Amino acid sequence: MARVIFRWTVLSVMGVFFLLPLVAMVEFSTRDPETWPLLVDWPRLSSEYPALAEGILASLAQAALTSVLMLALLVPTAVWVRLRLPGLRRLVEFLCLLPLTIPAIVLVVGLAPVYAWVNYLIGGSSLTLVFAYTILVLPYAYRAIDTGLSAIDVKTLAEAARSLGAGWTTVIWRVVLPNIRSAVLSAAFLTVALVLGEFTIASLLHRTNLQVAIEYLGKSSATVSVAVSLAALLLAFALLLVLSLAGSSKKGKTS
Amino acid sequence: MAEIAADAPQRVARRPRLRGAALLGTVPFFAFVTIFLIIPTLAVVIGAFTGDGGRGFTLDNVRALGDEYIVAAFGRSITLSASSAIIGAVLGALLAYALVTGKPDGLLRRMVTAAAGVLAQFGGVTLAFAFLATIGLSGFVTVWLQEHGLDPYANGVWLFELPGLTLVYTYFQIPLMVIVFLPALDGIRPQWREAHVSLGGNTWQYWTRVAGPLLAPAFLGSTLLLFANAFSAYATAAALVSQGSPIVPLQIRGALTSEVVLGQANLGKAMALGMVVVVAVVMTAYSLLQRRTARWLG
Repeated sequence: MARVIFRWTVLSVMGVFFLLPLVAMVEFSTRDPETWPLLVDWPRLSSEYPALAEGILASLAQAALTSVLMLALLVPTAVWVRLRLPGLRRLVEFLCLLPLTIPAIVLVVGLAPVYAWVNYLIGGSSLTLVFAYTILVLPYAYRAIDTGLSAIDVKTLAEAARSLGAGWTTVIWRVVLPNIRSAVLSAAFLTVALVLGEFTIASLLHRTNLQVAIEYLGKSSATVSVAVSLAALLLAFALLLVLSLAGSSKKGKTS
Repeated sequence: MAEIAADAPQRVARRPRLRGAALLGTVPFFAFVTIFLIIPTLAVVIGAFTGDGGRGFTLDNVRALGDEYIVAAFGRSITLSASSAIIGAVLGALLAYALVTGKPDGLLRRMVTAAAGVLAQFGGVTLAFAFLATIGLSGFVTVWLQEHGLDPYANGVWLFELPGLTLVYTYFQIPLMVIVFLPALDGIRPQWREAHVSLGGNTWQYWTRVAGPLLAPAFLGSTLLLFANAFSAYATAAALVSQGSPIVPLQIRGALTSEVVLGQANLGKAMALGMVVVVAVVMTAYSLLQRRTARWLG
């Protein structure tokens, strides 16, 4: 009995603590009834808050391109290392997990000189952040893809395809990739969620994205920025929740 | 003999050529990682020991870490990380225990762990705005409390200072604790408690002599992970604190953005190196404790 009381006390106190800020955001952003209709009305939003609209578009493009670059870089390398260079696996794993131990604020200090060159060579577009973001998501994406590859017999699949005359691109694109579809999807989801929430690197390298725009807007129009924060948050929540529920149900099946 | 000698070089010669061709496949990955991860890391380490104008080796930047305001910033960063880690660890452990006492595959547990997975990633500007909407000067809770005759800010506004940052940080620390501590709690077998009770022990003795010592390394390790997590956080603090630079990440922002002050650029690198050293020490201790945990609760 004492245990049940303890259990429900803890759960309800925590529930209040975690729900309160979300409720407060809803309340705060509905104080001005104009706020939410404005957010759905894209033409009006982009004319009244051009910086915000630019940030939203920049973040969406960054999320999409980071996913593509991450997959293009990681999937062939992971497959190739597994098949042909197993000795390099530890090194690749170490490099992929390295960003976990380097705080983003430290990485940005080192990236500043590299981005001076990026500016010089390809310009200061906000899309150049994709390079830095690919590094940021490496640990999460690598883990997802590595788990996916461990679950299938890459070697046999590749040998079978090769013996039937497939080239390496066909092996990766049409044999391995369809087999690790769910791992690729979860890596892409994590990438999108992380990129949509990224602020440190964008703000300190003087480029725009959603979070930078929200922070900037917060100084002049708190209601709109809270509403956009909530919308961005709900989107990220939905993505990650789908991911973790899918993950836990899969685990439930195998065990 | 001659035949063997003629055969051997052929095989030796063919192997390396194959390996070289295979290595070509990893060139894009290694090139990318070198440019955007290795070089930036080296830039921090080398920059920390380089004089501002030229290329000479100097200890000035590292010595400048001893300056009063930088030491104070490190002190506040460590205080903030430690307090939010301890609060997060205790509350997170309670929540995790509340989950363990329920059904292992129940809906509640799955919902809470999924939510914890999401909330642990939640940080940055949106988190800062969530708390501004809650207990900001015109926030939901602040207004409600003031209508009931209570003013949380009667003794000054603390949201934008260390106490406020600690409160905001616990919002992502507790869920992280739940995620990392839950596996250890799951490792505690009910049989151990049954054995303890059948030998005449009571609940207090069970927690202090059996479960406590078993869980201690996992708890300490998780706390260290939370510490590193709070110590590296930047965006939340940057969005919340607009005046002054109380903690190290904000000092680094100052050094990066104020290029007018001479001699700041490489000081930023020295502070960044300092952060890496702190995180590395904490994470090493974490992995040692993790190994100790795995002995019983793996």
